[in-house]
Amino acid sequence: MTEIYLKEERKSLKTVKNCYHCGETCGEDIMYDGKDFCCIGCLSVYKILYENNLCEYYNIEENPGVSFKNSGENYDEYSWLDDDSVKEKILTYSDDKIQIAVFFIPSIHCSSCIWLLENLQKLQNGIISSEVNFLSKTAEIRFSTDLRLSEVVSLISRLGYRPEITLESTEVPYVKKKDRSIYYRIGVAGFCFSNIMILSFPEYLSLSTELDRDYRNLFGLLNIVLAIPVFFYSAYPYFSSALSGLRARSLNIDFPISLGLFVLFFRSVYEISTGTGAGFMDSLSGLVFFLLIGRIFQQKTYDSLNFERTYKSFFPLSVAVIENDDEIRIPVNKLRTGDRIVIRHNEIVPADSILFGGDARIDYSFVTGESLPVSKSAGEIIYAGGRQTGGKIELEVIRPVNQSYLTSLWNKESFRKSGEERFNSFVNVVGKYFTFVILIISSAAFLYWYIYYNDIRTAINAFTAVLIIACPCGIALTSPFALGNVLRILGRKGFYIKSAGVIERMSVADTIVFDKTGTITKNGDSEISFSGDSLSDYEKKLIKSLAINSSHPLSRIIANFLGDKRDVFDTFDFREYSGMGSRGIVEGHEIKIGSLSYVTGSADPPLIDKSYTKTSVFISINGSFRGVFRINNLYRDNISEVMNNLNESYNIFLLSGDNESEKNNLSMYFRDENICFNQSPRDKVEKIESLKNSGKKVMMFGDGLNDAAAMRVADVSVAVSDGDLKFTPSSDGIMEAGVFPELHRIIKYSKSVKRIIFAGFTISALYNIIGITIAFNYVVTPLMAAILMPLASISAVMFAVAATSFKARRMNLI
Amino acid sequence: MSVIYILIFFSFIVAGGFLLAFLWAVKSGQYDDGYTPSVRILFEDKKRKDTKQK
Repeated sequence: MTEIYLKEERKSLKTVKNCYHCGETCGEDIMYDGKDFCCIGCLSVYKILYENNLCEYYNIEENPGVSFKNSGENYDEYSWLDDDSVKEKILTYSDDKIQIAVFFIPSIHCSSCIWLLENLQKLQNGIISSEVNFLSKTAEIRFSTDLRLSEVVSLISRLGYRPEITLESTEVPYVKKKDRSIYYRIGVAGFCFSNIMILSFPEYLSLSTELDRDYRNLFGLLNIVLAIPVFFYSAYPYFSSALSGLRARSLNIDFPISLGLFVLFFRSVYEISTGTGAGFMDSLSGLVFFLLIGRIFQQKTYDSLNFERTYKSFFPLSVAVIENDDEIRIPVNKLRTGDRIVIRHNEIVPADSILFGGDARIDYSFVTGESLPVSKSAGEIIYAGGRQTGGKIELEVIRPVNQSYLTSLWNKESFRKSGEERFNSFVNVVGKYFTFVILIISSAAFLYWYIYYNDIRTAINAFTAVLIIACPCGIALTSPFALGNVLRILGRKGFYIKSAGVIERMSVADTIVFDKTGTITKNGDSEISFSGDSLSDYEKKLIKSLAINSSHPLSRIIANFLGDKRDVFDTFDFREYSGMGSRGIVEGHEIKIGSLSYVTGSADPPLIDKSYTKTSVFISINGSFRGVFRINNLYRDNISEVMNNLNESYNIFLLSGDNESEKNNLSMYFRDENICFNQSPRDKVEKIESLKNSGKKVMMFGDGLNDAAAMRVADVSVAVSDGDLKFTPSSDGIMEAGVFPELHRIIKYSKSVKRIIFAGFTISALYNIIGITIAFNYVVTPLMAAILMPLASISAVMFAVAATSFKARRMNLI
Repeated sequence: MSVIYILIFFSFIVAGGFLLAFLWAVKSGQYDDGYTPSVRILFEDKKRKDTKQK
């Protein structure tokens, strides 16, 4: 008995020839103009560019093209885009001369792409100009009204830059989502801050007594004028946030900040206008300026990633419908019950429907988590979201798109609550107590001066001085800078997080739930082992020759595993039995591959090893049983170290939509009672809800639509993505699969952030205590405020950034 | 000493000019894409039409 382990990998063929267009290895021999091409698609792009003198494309970067190999879609049918209701939503602007559309093009990846897409006007008359935004992977194309939208889309699709047009984009009109107001606010605050500082210089240097009264009045007046836009415009977000907090009956950190700003402004106006002092306008504007910088630093955005996907982003936009024996394409949302639709290889079934004809092998991995495609026969229901692999099939729609099983799950109201609303960020927790404490202290100062000295003026001064000096700027700045820095450090690794609040929620999580397929296993790759009598090369070739004729996914995996697909014998009398296996005569030998009962005729496995599963393929040659191929999932690299580490401090669970065949492998990493198989999307939701009800803070890792509902329920959700980061369910974070080996360190790092933030709070609280002690005794001068407040802020910020970076370095994350 | 009035006046004009320039730069979208222009400038034979916002 022999056991061989070999990995089946996508690029196992080692040929020297690389496609001139896309750089993929060439299988067939396609030559043109002395260059090799891997497929007709690549060649035709080259021809288009060659004829139009655009071969500069190939000089900017080597093999810049986009491969056509994995795209089964057809590129000519876009006429449905010219439907007025669709067009209206896609075009961002149109008049009687020009039309503008912004396309999201995921395949933009290099500078050649930018060059080509910005030279479209040379390829097609009517295109006026186009501008690429590389970071958000969008192209804004302006074209004249002589050109139809469908022609533009089909042109860029033919070049390999298929724009992603989803159902969502046709229902919601395009909006420019860039909010630039924070830049304006910073600009204004910075301008006023620096000018106020200059005008306040005489005060700092105690030159004021030597200055003429006129100058003092002028400087004071200018200070007020400059502080007005800072107070009313730049600081506006803090007031509105504090107010909305009050309305919701909670005190957030913006409340003490607003209180401080308010007192600063009006006391300064009073002092300047009565000539009793120089005011604190410099502190006010500096504070606002730094706070706004903290805000910008905290919001690190990933333009090309979409964290808010709904089912609509996954569905195709158009579908081929049979009408009077003709195929026409219509927008998916116009599908009605009873329509006959045609789905081809690699297309997604858009609505629940009944199979009418054709060989349906539906890949539900995205919907249910099952790793292998399922065969369906005529009359069976196929749920929306499945992807057809194989030939074309015909279906009849039984439910409109927005009522399908999947969408109803998605729309269920209880899944809608987002974690953010319920989670109170650290800074707001602190802010709440802080407000009470400073209100008590300032009132105490007031009463002290009023009761003991009966001096109302000093009492008011001491009251306001405490409020000014206690403004929690250091505290308010610590967490944006700490979290912003963590966001960047993890982003560089390939772990993209939606917002700073997510890190806070990550740091308090105590339970981690994993999905199996695509999350802890590699997508598309599998591990094959053969056990049985050892096969000679000749026998392997016989089996390969048979397997290559079958379109069953397991046969295909085996055929790939056995080597070069072109080196085969002819197969005669080939038969395939659905759900059982296939047979054929190769070189005079009868070969059978398939299930146990089909191949051996008995239900008992003939081997000592009885752990065969659904994913085992049995082989017989000339009626004698030879062995079994077992196809296992390939786990992500370093999984044992990751899981063992996480096990130390977290409760980890596995919820798989797949069958139990992998149970033995998985029990090495998870405790038996924490492994659940055959979980429907609804089961997963219930599991997570029950964990949450028992007081756990749940973090969920998933990858497909089947996890999407559960991920919405979890406190933190992270989508794991192989490849293009395009197909991820809505989540708080997106993680590149390559990060997985370091996952345990990333999670532990996020946990340490909590301690760092609280240490930062302590540091700035110390400054506040010193300041308040002085303020209580009513000896605050503008100079002191001007020194103490920036000092507190800057040291808190420096601590936050340095500590998070240092920790990351210690954990080998930088 | 009244020269200070003139100095303050002009310093405000200069600083205000920079503030306006900054606000204009933000408004025209120069901070929206920090990468593509750096690639675009390296392409030769740039006969692109004016692509300013409408």
